Amino acid sequence: MLSRTADNLYWLSRYVERAEYLARILDATQRLSALPLAYVGASNEWESAVLTAGCATGFFKLYDEANEENVTDYLAFSTANSSSIRSCFEAARHNARAVRTALTMEMWDSINGTWLELKRYGNGPTSREEFSRFLRWVQESSLRFDGSAYRTMLRSDAYWFSRLGVYMERADNTARILDVKYHLLLPDNERVGGPLDYFQWAAILRSVSALTAYHWVYRDSLKPWLVADLLILKDELPRSLSSCYEAIVRNLDQIAGAYGRQGAAQRQARGMRTRLQNSKMDGIFQRGLHEFISEFITENNRLGGAITEQFLL
Amino acid sequence: MAAAFDEMKGHEGDEVRPAYGELAQWLKEVPPDVLDYRRREAELIFRRIGITFAVYGEADATERLIPFDVIPRIMAASEWKTLEKGLTQRVNALNLFIKDVYGAREILRAGIIPEDLVFRNPAFRPEMNGQRVPHDIYVHIAGIDIIRVDADTFYVLEDNARTPSGVSYMLENREIMMRLFPELFSRHRIAPVENYPDELLASLKSVAPLTTSKEPTVVLLTPGVFNSAYYEHSFLADKLGVELVEGRDLFVKDEVVYMRTTQGPQRVDVIYRRVDDDFIDPLTFRADSILGVPGLMSAYAAGNVTLANAVGTGIADDKAVYSFMPAIVKFYLGEEPLLKNVPTWRCREEEHLKYVLDHLSELVVKEVHGSGGYGMLIGPTASKIAIEQFRAKLKAEPKNFIAQPTLALSTSPTCVEEGVAPRHVDLRPFVLTGRNGVRIVPGGLTRVALKKGSLVVNSSQGGGTKDTWVLDS
Repeated sequence: MLSRTADNLYWLSRYVERAEYLARILDATQRLSALPLAYVGASNEWESAVLTAGCATGFFKLYDEANEENVTDYLAFSTANSSSIRSCFEAARHNARAVRTALTMEMWDSINGTWLELKRYGNGPTSREEFSRFLRWVQESSLRFDGSAYRTMLRSDAYWFSRLGVYMERADNTARILDVKYHLLLPDNERVGGPLDYFQWAAILRSVSALTAYHWVYRDSLKPWLVADLLILKDELPRSLSSCYEAIVRNLDQIAGAYGRQGAAQRQARGMRTRLQNSKMDGIFQRGLHEFISEFITENNRLGGAITEQFLL
Repeated sequence: MAAAFDEMKGHEGDEVRPAYGELAQWLKEVPPDVLDYRRREAELIFRRIGITFAVYGEADATERLIPFDVIPRIMAASEWKTLEKGLTQRVNALNLFIKDVYGAREILRAGIIPEDLVFRNPAFRPEMNGQRVPHDIYVHIAGIDIIRVDADTFYVLEDNARTPSGVSYMLENREIMMRLFPELFSRHRIAPVENYPDELLASLKSVAPLTTSKEPTVVLLTPGVFNSAYYEHSFLADKLGVELVEGRDLFVKDEVVYMRTTQGPQRVDVIYRRVDDDFIDPLTFRADSILGVPGLMSAYAAGNVTLANAVGTGIADDKAVYSFMPAIVKFYLGEEPLLKNVPTWRCREEEHLKYVLDHLSELVVKEVHGSGGYGMLIGPTASKIAIEQFRAKLKAEPKNFIAQPTLALSTSPTCVEEGVAPRHVDLRPFVLTGRNGVRIVPGGLTRVALKKGSLVVNSSQGGGTKDTWVLDS
């Protein structure tokens, strides 16, 4: 297939996944900020949201203060932010249109419908209730697009590239949350177990839709190191780094099989998958959680570069 | 002007013409509200397809929908045979003419066409001088606009020899008619058009360069999503099963064209290009073009790639050159032209200009390079002021214009506000030329002027389309 087509499919999935992630962050932040100060402390949750979304630099060029209004606008509706929910959906629609014939009717209907619907929200919500509805709608749109891709696409390179986009973006998102909040998850943190952190951990899990999953996996109350274990090493959790890499390796292998050759991207992905499989939480904490995550983010970006170089140019 | 010839009823007072027998009967039987209901249903389907494919700005959503009329235009097998022969002859002559213009120039030396009309023509491409193209075919796809004035007389209005569009409407119109009116179909035997993409692909593959060793790789080159015909480009690429490429997907190395794929560079042999000459190679033509492929013309000159249509075919699209078509047919084929040319006054010639200026209120005056129905004067319906304004334009640049009599385009029954009424139509059959000759899918795109009395069928000027049925004898 054309490299441009593969590139469009890959980024189409990434944009939709990113929009959903932003909606989850905003949802979790809204909950945290609604709690009395005694439960969450004086930390600025809205600033934390901007950091987790990975767009602090751009944000502070435009605003002096990270408050609800500014952050909501910047992360959800701003056209100045190329990674806002709106920009993501618009970029996704643009990509979809350019590769219209590589999509199934259902995928097209889903992304095009989302794009048309987006106009209804105009330049922002008029109330908190409406904003909540908006965030739910974003998550549903992403689920619908993902589901239509999963259920209707021919299992060929087009499908594999679109899946790769989903998992590369997802791995990046989970790693970013960990990167910003890692200090909350350290086992030797002195405030462990306090009410302040409890709600923070719940928020982290909520932003990767893993709060219920946590209870099913550990059958225990929220413990920071278990939260880290779940998000990094548990194959069962669809948004864990480990699970994302299982899928990345699988899809890259499908491509290699169809094309009859392995390349740098396949080798690199397999290396990372093996490392995750061989890691234990104790070891990660000993070497430093922060270092581990920073390294992961760098490696994940390198893999993105390798995929681009091998297939998308 | 007397009432125009009607495709269904002939001239005033005639019987219903045989090809329309069943349809006339059906129109009597079918309640008006059913027709209206189907019309709206068709619009809904089109809107859905339109929205699915073509919408990218809000304002565009409705503009992009070309109105569709549910009453088909019907031709008898014998009528089509006549047209088919005429079209084949015409396109053969066009190909020979373009080859000659860029080659031996016999027609110029014989004094049949004035040299400056060719050499000073903006559509003439000096880069093509002495350049052979694979299998000597220049116009692989032509969309010849035909009008009819009575039972036996067809005129060619324009030879669209560059990148004619509209074939997607021919195919979609048929699909929709079959969905909406299965009972009407069962009362006719209609020649199919759905094989057009297969015929097109076969034609394109047949003209691959001689250096192609294996199965040729064909691609469709589009200017991109912002082009107004992008929907048609993606539709056709899908039906042909070929890659829809943009300029940036292709590159030229050692005079060979490649496309960038996920498995590395893949050689391209035939490019069905929907990008104009001017934009196709920034190294040869417009340097500011980002739609083209740098170096494409060098690969073309080396004979390593086929462009369909060839570069420089616009010379045959020129309306002043058009006026010489009867002579061109005779010169190359030694035959009388089967299809008539509309009598044309070339304003570049003094006597013609004088006649035109004296008869502006009776004539249609067009720009020689114009298209889409823009920039023309329709004398009989124009206001005095408009005529005087046009007179000034014409006097300033006479060689930019030609004039033709206002022809009474035939009418065809059409579903309009007040019910079923006659409206003027034309026909654009799509003529394919490959190594093994000419193929024409029976029918084409019928365009209809929806405004009462209007003779302008262009979609940009309020025209619609109809399905075109050629009956199997």
